[in-house]
Amino acid sequence: MNKNKEQLLNKRYKAEKRFRLYGQSAIFMALLFLTIFIFKIFSTGYSAFQKTWLIVPVTFDAELMMLEQNPSKEDLKDADYYDIALKSMADLDPNANENQENELKRMVSYFFEREIKRELLNDPSLIGKTKDVYLTASDDLDQVFKGNYPRDLPEDQRRVTDYQLKIFDQLVELGKVESKFNLSFFTYPDSREAELAGIASSFMGSIFSILVCLMIAFPVAVLAAIYLEEFAPKNRFTDFIEVNINNLAAVPSIVFGLLGLGILLAVFQLPRSTPLVGGITLSLMTLPTIIIACRASLKAVPPSIREAALAMGASKMQTTMHHTVPLSMPGTLSGTIIGLAQALGETAPLILIGMVAFVNTIPGSPLDPAASLPVQIYIWAESAERGFVEKVSACIMVLLGFLIIMNLFAQIIRHKFEKKWS
Amino acid sequence: MNLILFIFIVLLGFTSYYFGRKKAYTIQSTNKRLTALPQFYGYYLAIWCAIPAFIIFSLWAIFEPTIVKLLILSDYSNQGYLDDELNLIYEKTKALSRGQFTGEITPFIEASAEKYLSLRSIAQSSKAVIVLSIIIASVAYAYKKISSNSRTREPVEKFLKAVLFTASLAAILTTVGIVFSLIFQTIDFFKVIPLFDFVFGTHWYPAKAFVRDSSEALDPTMYSDTFGAVPIFAGTFFIAFIAMCVAIPIGLMSGIYLAEYASVKVRQYAKPLIEILAGIPTVVYGFFAALTVGPFLKEIGNSMGLDVSAESALAAGGVMGIMIIPFISSLSDDVITSVPQSLRDGSYAMGATKSETIKKVIFPAALPGIVGSILLGVSRAIGETMIVVMASGLAANLTLNPLESTSTITAQIVVILIGDQAFGDPKTQAAFALGMSLFLVTLCLNIVALRVVKKYREKYE
Repeated sequence: MNKNKEQLLNKRYKAEKRFRLYGQSAIFMALLFLTIFIFKIFSTGYSAFQKTWLIVPVTFDAELMMLEQNPSKEDLKDADYYDIALKSMADLDPNANENQENELKRMVSYFFEREIKRELLNDPSLIGKTKDVYLTASDDLDQVFKGNYPRDLPEDQRRVTDYQLKIFDQLVELGKVESKFNLSFFTYPDSREAELAGIASSFMGSIFSILVCLMIAFPVAVLAAIYLEEFAPKNRFTDFIEVNINNLAAVPSIVFGLLGLGILLAVFQLPRSTPLVGGITLSLMTLPTIIIACRASLKAVPPSIREAALAMGASKMQTTMHHTVPLSMPGTLSGTIIGLAQALGETAPLILIGMVAFVNTIPGSPLDPAASLPVQIYIWAESAERGFVEKVSACIMVLLGFLIIMNLFAQIIRHKFEKKWS
Repeated sequence: MNLILFIFIVLLGFTSYYFGRKKAYTIQSTNKRLTALPQFYGYYLAIWCAIPAFIIFSLWAIFEPTIVKLLILSDYSNQGYLDDELNLIYEKTKALSRGQFTGEITPFIEASAEKYLSLRSIAQSSKAVIVLSIIIASVAYAYKKISSNSRTREPVEKFLKAVLFTASLAAILTTVGIVFSLIFQTIDFFKVIPLFDFVFGTHWYPAKAFVRDSSEALDPTMYSDTFGAVPIFAGTFFIAFIAMCVAIPIGLMSGIYLAEYASVKVRQYAKPLIEILAGIPTVVYGFFAALTVGPFLKEIGNSMGLDVSAESALAAGGVMGIMIIPFISSLSDDVITSVPQSLRDGSYAMGATKSETIKKVIFPAALPGIVGSILLGVSRAIGETMIVVMASGLAANLTLNPLESTSTITAQIVVILIGDQAFGDPKTQAAFALGMSLFLVTLCLNIVALRVVKKYREKYE
């Protein structure tokens, strides 16, 4: 009998331990996913911040450039750079035949002509001289140099030819290949060529949409929250508004995209693919988040504040606007920033309103067609080229960086400025 | 032009605020008692400046285009044009006046364009004149009112309250907007495709509807067997099911552990870390699922001799599950912590171990809240878009094999609507019909879940 009891107790203790272990492993699993996730993004993405350059001697031959004696600045701008660019690439291998010359040309980006032009415009005295110029390597060679490209594949399955690899290895040995910080990733707009693609256009698109979203959602949400929390009578209509807000907070984001498409584009005829429409759509999504945050922080202001103001003869409106609302601002602002961070990461509604269009100019206003950072991630992730994989990860790192900064900012506002009522 | 006018009106508003306040001070200096603080006199004037301006601006924006169009088209009225042709003429006129017209320019249209430009400039200048004169009149009227020291605080506060109330209607307007944007296209869609075929059909090939020659009349029989949404619905619920298989055990167990077992320190760090998972944009999960998880599962499957698609439902559903973990863990954590301590104490006093207390006492007590959190998770899984678009297939297969690819409502909407769409095309309308069903399903789930959670909160408060 006693032994049975002990066995039972042991069994119960074991069950207790097991249950605890389940809990621990669940937490462990969740954190493991997070770690794998971040590790994977960083390990594929960090190399995109480096860019490979080929250092090629270029002879600025006035005759080949169709330049006359003592050219003006205008002449230099209009000069023909293609021939000298081609020649300097072909000169890398004096014995190259026509096919190989073509392959040599494809070792650098199609921007090489412009890179040479920029060099001369910076220093017009180079005419007739030879100078080493940094040229952007093609994305495949870039990947080879970073070790992301399997060199042992048979040649017909590779996009780099054996010949290109041979010349490239020679250049590496001569120290004519250099890896430098990839500034163009931040300053160039999107491009079909991975080596030239940058996030400037989608970054500006994101900034504009978020600004539009902030300008619409913040005032409307704060005003609505003030009404609902401070003035609204308790009746059916108010309840209906409240149910609406709670539901809107849980409606799938793609439905807001359909709203943008069906109303903003089809009925109001707003311009497609623009951050203006994107921002309005996102603001409708962010609205409930901000309203809920603002109401919560209005509710947290103790009634004694209101009573004191009313006792001093302030009207209800004065009490609210001069005392309650300013005291609730830290909570409202941090809620707003968190809502904007969500909007910044939103993709699906923006795809529906056409912000996936290929944009190779940097938008200058909310009325120019643009993409946004998450949409850029989607566009690049769907591209087949190998060079885009690291770009996607790098773009994700930039996006996550912004989200972390925004969330930290929200935390700081909350902890620094929020009054603790006790 | 509009911008200059707008800035001018804003400046006028500020000046009238200033004058109103100044007037109040002069009244005060004559030893009369003010009926409100001086700034209310200012606000009062500024509001009398803003409201008429706003009303006229919006009326103008609504009526100007219609009137201009009527005037332009009155030249063509007795030439026997059809409505569509008249619209075309008007569009051409507008394009020409903006210098964006590329077609053949007829003298008629050129004349219209000139007329259009002159009408526009007349409209603009008359708008400026009317707005300014009315504003000045109304401000003068209000100034007279405050000069006689009548009440200003009450009207100003009433106005502010009206503004607040209007803002709170935004939520309703958004819902109405969603319903409107979906319902018309959906009704048009069901005019061509019978509801029965949509709900019970088992073949979904929207691409087939696109091949049609645009000169052909709409032939409903062409679309039979094209828009059967069963595979889509099945795929949606299947992927959501896989996601919940991952999210419920992990989310629930971590919620329980955080609420009942974890030390303050562990809780302090683990909770925000898990919540990071909820803050990661879904497109990032999609990329992760497509680049890492999909190929990884395929490799494992191949090594076991299984045929795994690189875009399997398992990869999309699994990653979606990871995304939902924090929703379930946070909500169930909240729910469990709000179970009254007395229930725990009672159970411990009877000699129950901690896990027995959790399983037999706390879990049943917290069950409604936990069910609510799971329902919210399901609603998220059904509405999730980017993971499925990037990691799962786009062809709608009717399958229950997690290793094959399936498609979901959201993925189909994106596939259909990405790029240019023609409204009026059954394919586009199909996307809106799918959106409508998605909205209705998630709406029901949300309402039930929110109600359950609310009921539960009331029970223990």
